[in-house]
Amino acid sequence: MKKTPLNQVHRELGARMVDFGGWDMPVQYSGVIEEHLAVRQAAGLFDVSHMGEVEVRGANALAFIQQLTINDAAKLVDGQVQYSAICYPEGGVVDDVTLYRFNGAHFLFCVNASNIEKDFAWMQQVLRESALTDVTLTNRSAEFAQIALQGPKSVAILAELTDVSLDDLAYYHFCEGAVAGEQMIISRTGYTGEAGFELYLPASAAVAVWQKLMAAGAPHGLLPIGLGARDTLRLEKGYALYGHELSRDISPLEAGLAWITKLDKDDFVGKAALVAQKAAGVPRRRVGLVMEERGIPREGYPLFAGEREVGFVTSGTMSPTLKLGIALALVEPAAAGLDGELEVAVRNRRMRARVVRPPFVK
Amino acid sequence: MEFPEELKYTEEHEWVMVEEDLAVVGITDFAQDALGDVVFVELPEVGTVVEAGKAFGVVESVKAVSDIYAPVSGTIEEINDDLVDAPEIINTSPYEDGWMIKIRMADAADVDDLMDVEAYQALIAEES
Repeated sequence: MKKTPLNQVHRELGARMVDFGGWDMPVQYSGVIEEHLAVRQAAGLFDVSHMGEVEVRGANALAFIQQLTINDAAKLVDGQVQYSAICYPEGGVVDDVTLYRFNGAHFLFCVNASNIEKDFAWMQQVLRESALTDVTLTNRSAEFAQIALQGPKSVAILAELTDVSLDDLAYYHFCEGAVAGEQMIISRTGYTGEAGFELYLPASAAVAVWQKLMAAGAPHGLLPIGLGARDTLRLEKGYALYGHELSRDISPLEAGLAWITKLDKDDFVGKAALVAQKAAGVPRRRVGLVMEERGIPREGYPLFAGEREVGFVTSGTMSPTLKLGIALALVEPAAAGLDGELEVAVRNRRMRARVVRPPFVK
Repeated sequence: MEFPEELKYTEEHEWVMVEEDLAVVGITDFAQDALGDVVFVELPEVGTVVEAGKAFGVVESVKAVSDIYAPVSGTIEEINDDLVDAPEIINTSPYEDGWMIKIRMADAADVDDLMDVEAYQALIAEES
C-alpha cells in the first residue's frame, strides 16, 4: 500500500488506518463526530498528501489547459486558484481538479489521489492530440506533501507560524512563503466549507511542519482529522466527490457543476457532448435530500416518487451538525423540484426525504 | 477493552447474558470500538421470532451499516427503546445501558454453542 510521509505520525496518534484507493490513510483518530465538530467550531489538521499534483509549464500552457478543462482558465490571474474539471469527449468526467496559476506559463493541477495515473495519462494524450508545442507536463505528486488546516481558528493558528500576511490572502488565492521555516505554497482553499488553508510542501518537511501546526493549534482546540470526518464535512456543504457525484458516467451538468462548465468558451474536450446534452435537456439532476424520518441514506439506495424509481443516492451520511440523515442524489428532472418529497429505500423500508438545494449546513 | 467474564460471546461480536430462559443481547466493546460513533440502531418489534445466526437488526456508524445477529433462537421479549433516541449509549456503555434486546429462548441449549470469554478474547487477538 502507498504511504504518505506522515504515515508514522498517524500511527503514533492512534489513528485507525484504512485502505483508501491503495493508500494507507487515517479514517479517524478520536472519532468522526468529535473531529467533525472540532473543524466546525475550532480547527482540524488533515493529511491530504495522497492528492496528486501535476505541473504545466511553457508558452502554450494556458492554451493547453483551455482545451483540457471545462472552466475558463483565462479568467485566472497570477496567484489565483480555480475549481474545474476534465471531461471525456462523451461528456463524462475524468476528474475534478483545482488549478493554480503562478504565471501565464506556469500552472499546477491538484487532482484526486485515485486518479493521478489516469489523469496524467489523459493529459498527455490530450496534449499530443492538440499538436501544441512548448507545453511540459510533470507529475510532481511524489514530491509534494499536502496538509489542510481548516476551521474558524485556522487563520490564528497559521499566523503563529508564518510572516505571510494571511489577511491579504483572499479565498481561492495562494502565495508562496515560509511556514514553520519551510518554503511552501499557502493556498486559501479547502474541502470543508470553513475558513482554512491547504499547504503544499516538500515531502521531506511534512513531519516537522505537521508537528509544529499541531503544537500551535492545541491551545485553539485543533484536532487531527481523518477521512471519515473529511467526508461528512464535505457532504454537509454539498461538495462533489469523484467516484460518487462525479464519474465517467455522470456529466458535470448532471452533477450540479454547470457553474464551472463554460460552454461559451473556445473548444475543449467534451464541449460538443455537453452542448448537445444541455440542448436536449440534462437527463438527471443532482439534488440534496434531508431525511424526514429517522434513517440514514447511503450510497446506492434507490429513490422513489410513489411507485416510480426516479434515481439513487450518490453519497449519504448522518450529518453531525444537523443530527439528521442527509444525501446527495441523482434524480430525473421531474423529481428534482425543491421541497418535493421523495422516498429512500432503506433496506426493506421506504423513508421520506425532502429535496433541498445544498449546502445542508450554511 | 473490557470483556466481562460472566457473559457469552459470538463470532459476530455480540454478547449474551443469560437470565434463566431470557438472553440479553448487545454488541461487545470490541464491536463498538471498531464501528466508531454509533448514530442509528434498528431493532425488531417485541414478539418477533428470531433465529440463531440470522440478522435481527442493524447498527449504523457515521460511515457504515452493520447487521446484528441473534446469538440464540427465540422470541423478542423486550427491546431497549432508549437506543432509538440515544444510540451513542452503545459506545459509552456497551454491556449495560447499551443492551439491545431480550430474547425468550426457544431452546436454552443454544447457549452451549456460544464462546466463553477466553475463547472470545482469543478470537479478537486473531482478528486484530
